[in-house]
Amino acid sequence: MSESLIRARGLTKKFDDFTAVNGIDFDVLKGESFGLLGPNGAGKSTAMRMIGATSQRTSGELTILGKDPEQFGPQIRAHLGVVPQQDNLDTQLSVTENLYIYGRYFGLSRKFLKGKIEELLAFAQLEEKRSAKVESLSGGMKRRLTIARALVSEPEILMLDEPTTGLDPQARHILWDRLFRLKEDGVTLLITTHFMDEAEQLCDRLVVMDKGSIMAEGSPAQLIKDYSTKEVLEVRFGSERNAGMANDLGQLCERIEELPDRILMYTEDGEELLERVYKKGFHPKTSLVRRSSLEDVFLRLTGRTLVD
Amino acid sequence: MSSFQARQGSLKIVDAAKVAARGALFVTEARLRSMLKWVWLIISIAIANPVLYLISIGLGLGSYIDQNAGSAGIDGVSYLTFLAPALLATAAIQGAMDESVFPTLEGFKWNKTFFSMNATPLSGNHIAMGVFFNSLIRTVFTAVLYWLVMLAFGVLESPRAYLAIFTAVMAGAAFGALMQALAGLLENENMFFTIVERFIIMPLFLFSGTFYPLSSMPIFLQWIGWISPLWHATELGRWLTYGSEISTSMLFVHFIFLNSILAVGLFASRRIFTRRLGK
Amino acid sequence: MILSTAVAIAEARMGKPGEKYYSGRSRAIMERAYIAFKSSTWMIVISGFVEPVLFLLSFGYGLKDLVGDITVAGQPVGYVAFIAPALLATSAMNGAIYDSTMNVYFKLKHDRLYHGMLATSLGPMDVALGEISWALLRGLSYSIGFMAIVAPLGLIPSMWGILAIPAAVLIAFGFASFGMAVTSYMKSFQQLEIVNVVLLPMFLFSGSFYPLDVFPEWLQTVIRIFPLAHAIDLVRGLTLGNISWALAGHAMYFVVMIVIGLFFTTRRLNALFMR
Ligand SMILES: Nc1ncnc2c1ncn2[C@@H]1O[C@H](COP(=O)(O)OP(=O)(O)OP(=O)(O)O)[C@@H](O)[C@H]1O
Ligand SMILES: [Mg+2]
Repeated sequence: MSESLIRARGLTKKFDDFTAVNGIDFDVLKGESFGLLGPNGAGKSTAMRMIGATSQRTSGELTILGKDPEQFGPQIRAHLGVVPQQDNLDTQLSVTENLYIYGRYFGLSRKFLKGKIEELLAFAQLEEKRSAKVESLSGGMKRRLTIARALVSEPEILMLDEPTTGLDPQARHILWDRLFRLKEDGVTLLITTHFMDEAEQLCDRLVVMDKGSIMAEGSPAQLIKDYSTKEVLEVRFGSERNAGMANDLGQLCERIEELPDRILMYTEDGEELLERVYKKGFHPKTSLVRRSSLEDVFLRLTGRTLVD
Repeated sequence: MSSFQARQGSLKIVDAAKVAARGALFVTEARLRSMLKWVWLIISIAIANPVLYLISIGLGLGSYIDQNAGSAGIDGVSYLTFLAPALLATAAIQGAMDESVFPTLEGFKWNKTFFSMNATPLSGNHIAMGVFFNSLIRTVFTAVLYWLVMLAFGVLESPRAYLAIFTAVMAGAAFGALMQALAGLLENENMFFTIVERFIIMPLFLFSGTFYPLSSMPIFLQWIGWISPLWHATELGRWLTYGSEISTSMLFVHFIFLNSILAVGLFASRRIFTRRLGK
Repeated sequence: MILSTAVAIAEARMGKPGEKYYSGRSRAIMERAYIAFKSSTWMIVISGFVEPVLFLLSFGYGLKDLVGDITVAGQPVGYVAFIAPALLATSAMNGAIYDSTMNVYFKLKHDRLYHGMLATSLGPMDVALGEISWALLRGLSYSIGFMAIVAPLGLIPSMWGILAIPAAVLIAFGFASFGMAVTSYMKSFQQLEIVNVVLLPMFLFSGSFYPLDVFPEWLQTVIRIFPLAHAIDLVRGLTLGNISWALAGHAMYFVVMIVIGLFFTTRRLNALFMR
């Protein structure tokens, strides 16, 4: 087994009385890509900040690269590249200056940075905006700059808190591709996201969090296998009638989830199930057959949808 | 989300004509509500400021000046009496500034409330006027409190002294409207406050004949006073509170100057707000 | 695995005292301030220099005939020469307070700038020291600039006056470290207003524009609890050449203020930067 770069046991964070992270355990291994998945307020960002050695834990154990972040903050952070959920670019500086000074914070030499900045500008597709002020960038450009900035020190662990919010589909795919390549180079990735497809694409392993606790852990495929069926049939009857239908439909499939706007029916074969629904004399306004996703895993575990 | 009322439709419940006529008042209401959160701070500043200035400069520095000037006094009165109307106008201007510049920057830039207001039937004109009315309320409030403190200090010698409240408010409104327009123009400037404070407010405060007659400045600095609403309001205030000597034609000049600035400021604010919201 | 330079540098401090907070590179913060100065903050920086000059022009030249000479230590002193040192001390205070309160608070809460800095191998101490050093550098250039204007006008009668420059830096250091400590206890922007509530009366009553002895004894005692009166007496004593042990006392006041300020700032660094 390879070494564990991040190790948490009973990791807890309280803000006054409120428990944001409630005794979570996990290990992130060297070279893997590890995901934190959960709805708003689950405690993902709070956990990320503790791992980033910028927030003190309330209790529990945490070691990063074998060290306690409370004791060795600067040394641990020297190995981390952090993309926070909210961009915190230096608004008084230009694009290039942002990359430059961030590198200086790591103590990198001017000569090294000169080349590095060009490389990162190309990566973030911001060559034309090199001397623009940060304020004049679009939301997605700022995001790309924040991501590029995190790479300036060639970190061992790259931590991305919802990296692709605000990116257009093309930029998203470019980022995914780039993250794959970093992984091939041996960089360990820690990612939080709301996007199912992103988690399924990027993460070797992930934990599902809710209300500060870990609900389940495994690879995306394994989680889907363990907590859901192969396919899902979604039917809509209009907002008044959905509720009344659930009981009758429930007898037709393994499991059923009733949401305000639609009903989800879990089964191994969706098309076949849909036929049986029609045969029984039900006529949904719309219907859709799809493969199970992490969304369904989450719904099963918590009774709530991930993206409200 | 649970108990929705039956939908009536915006055609029925929104009276567009009413909004068009009274929109500015709705904006004023919104601003007033956020101002009320600060009401204790505003009251304390409005009282503490005059008391501190009148004691420190008026009485403290005044004791040296009065001693030096002998019985002639300065402009025929004690330094405290001479200084007070200038400080009254200054406070009115400062109050108007706070309540017009800050909300304008906030509304356009910091939390973009103006854009969400503009997504309702409210127009740029409504928003500009709403902000202005609100700052006018703050200005009147500040001026009245200041005036009462002056009364307590016994520096109001003339029976028509209460009119000085109006001239001070006039200066505040004029300056506030102008600054509101300027703040509306700024696309991205975090440092606006400091710059305006140090390059506009400070020089106006220092060179408008506030602490000594404008005529005792060298001529190359006197022009700052001539274009400063503060000087015009101060001259009017001195005439009203202790009856300083001033020609009737100059009274008109001061009065017309202040009102022209007000008109220009309001016109520009409305134009600038409308244009920026439509961008 | 290639160890990047960042790692090497951070690890160089391994085992040294304070490694938890400090990575020994506050100069990177000053470099950042310099770049920002070149491109965007220069207006503010220059405006801080202009302020005391405007006051000098207005109060000095507008009031000098009205007030006449002021007697200091038995000697008559022209009014402009009387207020010039006070303006130097006051502008040192204003600059330092702005840098350590508003400026720090905005970068912290509004721009989340320090969050970015602290995600690197910098520690909170690097950030605090870097910001304070930059503020002092600014304070130093302000006072040199101010002296360069007033000395040729004959407003610094004594050779001791040259010491007013380091004195102004000492004053700025005192206010900056104290201001930062205060900022570390601030929970909301509104609370920062309290700083202004203290500053205005201090500015008005600390003897900038006339000697303190017009006030009753008790009020003078109260005024001397606050730092600005000491700052003004220190700088004025130097520029007018009234050298006495009292000046050492005023300087000590600021040394103590620096020590207390830094003590609390250091203690509260985590609360300030790392919640
Ligand atoms: N500084 C803070 N002070 C007080 N409470 C906080 C603080 N930061 C986070 N919280 C609370 O902790 C909980 C978890 O927040 P966190 O930001 O970690 O959620 P998240 O999983 O990242 O959510 P999202 O998907 O919305 O980003 C929330 O209830 C939040 O209100
Ligand atoms: Mg989050």
